[in-house]
Amino acid sequence: MTMPHPDLLAVLAGLLGVLIVASTIGYVLQRRLSPDGSNAVVENLNDRIRAWWIMIVLMGLALIGGKTGVTLLFGFCSFAALREFITLTDTRRADHWALAAGFFIVLPVQYYLIWIDWYGLYSIFIPVYAFLLMPIIASLRGDTEHFLVRIAEVQWALMICVFCISHVPALLSLDIPGFQGRNVLLIAFLVIVVQMSDVLQYVWGKLLGRTKIAPRLSPSKTVEGFVGGALSATLVGAALSWMTPFTPLQAAFLALAIVLMGFFGGLVMSAIKRDRGIKDWGHLIAGHGGFLDRLDSVVFSAPIFFHLVRYGWSTT
Amino acid sequence: MRDIGASLAGALILFFARFITAVRGRWDGVAPTDEQRIYFANHASHGDFVLIWTVLPRRLRFATRPVAGSDYWLKSSLRRFIGRDVFNAVLIDRDPATRTADPIVQMSEALDAGSSLIVFPEGTRNTTDAPLLPFKSGLFHLAQARPSVALVPVWIDNLNRVMPKGEFVPVPLVCTVTFGAALALAEGETKQDFLARAEAALLALSPKANAS
Repeated sequence: MTMPHPDLLAVLAGLLGVLIVASTIGYVLQRRLSPDGSNAVVENLNDRIRAWWIMIVLMGLALIGGKTGVTLLFGFCSFAALREFITLTDTRRADHWALAAGFFIVLPVQYYLIWIDWYGLYSIFIPVYAFLLMPIIASLRGDTEHFLVRIAEVQWALMICVFCISHVPALLSLDIPGFQGRNVLLIAFLVIVVQMSDVLQYVWGKLLGRTKIAPRLSPSKTVEGFVGGALSATLVGAALSWMTPFTPLQAAFLALAIVLMGFFGGLVMSAIKRDRGIKDWGHLIAGHGGFLDRLDSVVFSAPIFFHLVRYGWSTT
Repeated sequence: MRDIGASLAGALILFFARFITAVRGRWDGVAPTDEQRIYFANHASHGDFVLIWTVLPRRLRFATRPVAGSDYWLKSSLRRFIGRDVFNAVLIDRDPATRTADPIVQMSEALDAGSSLIVFPEGTRNTTDAPLLPFKSGLFHLAQARPSVALVPVWIDNLNRVMPKGEFVPVPLVCTVTFGAALALAEGETKQDFLARAEAALLALSPKANAS
């Protein structure tokens, strides 16, 4: 294993600093406002900070581990996300083979293709091959009830949970002149901007939020929170341009694209949750809900960020 | 040697159960305490008691024995190993014609030794579309034999979709195990009334029952 790039170490050290500050604030708030663990907001905040520690440590290890580490980490995220998504579908006994194939064939093959850098195949494997083959497998069982709904659900689950998420590790396959060996920083940039945008929208919403943006989908999202969060996350992106191949202006533009896709992705995923009558996708990450609750904005921004960078900067 | 093998196999089974189902225990009606209990659950798959076992805290896990049919669990040496050595099951003969020991006596002895029990009062795996099969009378006789032990209903949700009968590859889906409030046999309660009450208490824990 080669030594991690100094820029990556700087980013990780910075994140560590932020976490230590957050934990300190969480601790003081808990002592002041919720000494007996009764203040739900403070307890939830501390749950979230603890979960952030785990997520950032895992993420840091994966980034230091390079391509294999990142591919394995996001492969597992895809698995956990798909498990949550399929749980909520109306799939039936007759879909059993198609679902098993989705988990144990499509998912590993997609990540293997990413790992060997086969852009020509990983960018169409699920939209073309899985799209056509999965309904064939399902139809062989002969159960036609709600057939279109069932195959559409499985298709959507694979696109969201496997195809889109796999575009995070795919960033490692881009070949940007003068940026070789530092592609993990693109992943750090994407993930930091997305997650900062979520956090800042929450903070701005709590401070100034009045006008609900989509009361039926997501009652906690406000216009003020969205605008404040989007603008400040765009600034964060511009401020992070030193770790990317972009100029500050380009970094701000890409951060804005990431933030917008992430925000609207969150709305789409909320709409699905409403439709299914649930609040969270799962329960695996304390304070955050499930994997999909944490990944929903990454899901929508990763492929767009990947293609923008590939078109504008990469030679491959 | 056998013990090490059994605890290793146990750890492996727990890991696999968590990997496939990300199972979560919801202690709605009772807390996970040391109190001796008879957990009675719906039965849709051979993995049912594995899931209950997985969500029990480690300390309670080793004091809790599943009750299972010997016709299935003594059939091969692998099943014997898993059933007897790993899960320490109380194996009962479900066929009154062939059995040499009374299942109620076997279960009572296990309770007297201090263990809690996991039982499936439907008597067999439910492969129908009905949420629950009618309970067999075993639960009533057990409650009569040891009236002081708390009876806790446990609803296992989604496991039937993970591995429907006849499939051999599991599909990973999130499962939950919900523990309801304990009930006890009332003074002079008839078998019919008691079983109906136990069935209702179990069904009330099903998310589908709550949705409609």
